[in-house]
Amino acid sequence: MDESPDRTRRAAGATNAEQFDALLTAAEDGVDFDGLRVSTDGETYAFATPEVERSGLDERSFRDLAAQYADYVNNWYVWTLADLSADREAFLRWIEGANERPVPERYAALREGGIARSWGQLRITATLADDGERRYDLRHEADAGRDVADLDRHDDPLDARHLATDDERGRYRPLKTAPTLRRGWVYPDLPSADLVRAVDFFYPATVANWHRERAGDLDVSHWRETAERQTGIYGVVEELPPEAVEWVAEACCVDSQCLKRREWDEDEATPLDAPRGDGEFPCREPCSLVIAAARTWTTLEREEPREYTFELTPSEKEQVEAIVEAVADGRTDEIREADVSEGANRYRARYLRAKRFDDEGNLCGVPTDEDGA
Amino acid sequence: MSQALVIVAHGSHLNPDSSAPTFDHADTIRASGAFDEVREAFWKEEPSFREVLRTVEAEEVFVVPLFVSEGYFTEQVIPRELRLEGWDVDEWDSDGTSASHVTLRASDVDKTVHYCGPVGTHDAMSDVIVRRAQSVTGDPDVGPGFGLAVVGHGTERNENSAKAIHYHAERIRAMDRFDEVEALFMDEDPEVDDVTDYLESDDVVVVPLFVADGFHTQEDIPEDMGITDDYREGYDVPAAVDGTRIWYAGAVGTEALTADVIVERARDAGADVRDSAERVRERTGDVAGD
Repeated sequence: MDESPDRTRRAAGATNAEQFDALLTAAEDGVDFDGLRVSTDGETYAFATPEVERSGLDERSFRDLAAQYADYVNNWYVWTLADLSADREAFLRWIEGANERPVPERYAALREGGIARSWGQLRITATLADDGERRYDLRHEADAGRDVADLDRHDDPLDARHLATDDERGRYRPLKTAPTLRRGWVYPDLPSADLVRAVDFFYPATVANWHRERAGDLDVSHWRETAERQTGIYGVVEELPPEAVEWVAEACCVDSQCLKRREWDEDEATPLDAPRGDGEFPCREPCSLVIAAARTWTTLEREEPREYTFELTPSEKEQVEAIVEAVADGRTDEIREADVSEGANRYRARYLRAKRFDDEGNLCGVPTDEDGA
Repeated sequence: MSQALVIVAHGSHLNPDSSAPTFDHADTIRASGAFDEVREAFWKEEPSFREVLRTVEAEEVFVVPLFVSEGYFTEQVIPRELRLEGWDVDEWDSDGTSASHVTLRASDVDKTVHYCGPVGTHDAMSDVIVRRAQSVTGDPDVGPGFGLAVVGHGTERNENSAKAIHYHAERIRAMDRFDEVEALFMDEDPEVDDVTDYLESDDVVVVPLFVADGFHTQEDIPEDMGITDDYREGYDVPAAVDGTRIWYAGAVGTEALTADVIVERARDAGADVRDSAERVRERTGDVAGD
């Protein structure tokens, strides 16, 4: 009844002889996997790879030939007997490029430094243990070049939940796929099932949805149907004006805010203009953060615009724009203390407030409401 | 056939402590080996209710809501978001606190889903409230000379919320362990603000029936009871209010024994947990020692 992170280890940990035995047995049903083809007529065996093709082999010759092409046998053995769900297997094979790279090239790369892939901000490097089992190094992509010894080592996939909770500055990350994953940690040696579990804690459901998309059956739920499904305090979001849906996507769903690739639109026939993003894994419906934000915007969009008259110098107008830009792009921390040439510099903002705000905080003394409130 | 446990909880966009008890209880149950897989899912965090079922491999999934009462979430939101086909609240045949489980299919995955009643209304939750009293006083025999207040949010949109509080207060009263047991509420009478009016004992343990600590349990209730003037400064345990020593326990859902109730919910729905349920109990068994 235990979870089985060791399944693949057991499978791949078999000796060469055990793998050849398994291949002999499998020959009865025929094998055709990643270039390896094996069959039997009941008396003799046929063995083929892109490099060699033999038939009429007795068992001994078959074993000798299999030993020469042991990587093909190991590759078949590892993937056939790993007992992984389809999405996990597809993900692990994608990491090492199993569908594109021939076995000899792939095995050479796995042995020499490994094969690395990015998944959001994660960097996953597959390598080969002596017995052909895959092992994975998992870390922040920005830590790609660092020694394991310089990073905080982890082995338990459950730790990923805690590594993903706060950003570098200790602020809570409610959105797991925000590009704010902190650095400095490493899982240097994960077996395959543990790798997938860790990835699923960093970026929940991304592997499952990526696989569904590749299989052509991603269940996208567009804005309209998602909004109509809401109840309770979120029931109002279906009143959000269509043009505002565009602004929601631009505000929340672009790569700078979320690494999922947006596949939902206003509805199936009405695409949104906001960039979908370049991420590997898809976003199949507006998430709870987007719905919660949209609820606020729905309320705010009920207001009618009003004309206000402010007196600002051209530089002050540009400064207001610079402040909005800096906040929207999360750049306020980058603006140097003494760089008063930056409109969003704190001293500049304080000067503007001192000059243009009245005691109630009204810009240029202009009240927000007509009644002067 | 392999079986998975999915614990569904509210979570928060603002407060990481909201999901912490869910993770803790999931870890306890994982370590017991009771299920092939254990996964957490949240209304406000990820994986979402919408996507959690596709992240588990098992064909048989036990979904246990880590919520305190039957109501909007257990009756509408969770079944809708999990896409439980043919869900009808009447199948629970509940009086407001008696929902056990119903077996359905989810439309986006090829799995059997045993959808369980919430943790908060399970009979075993009464024991967790008592355990919480033991933990906060550090006394396994706490009871004589003590009053116990079980605190709930109140009715708001949902009368079942108060029913769950009354249900456990009644059950604990019947244990004849504490000198007095009262159900109190944040936003309706009898109000927790007046705890010392409703309980006469010199020592009163106050246990909020909440899943996680947050705004209500760490800010509102302590200030309302007067055990602190400013929640940011914390509060003493016990704290003296009008001559009564208030032993404020914080959210009951943070008590380790809650993991037990989650397993019991799944077992009631047919999960084969055998001796691993005992292992959960062993792991959650120490009073004030863990």
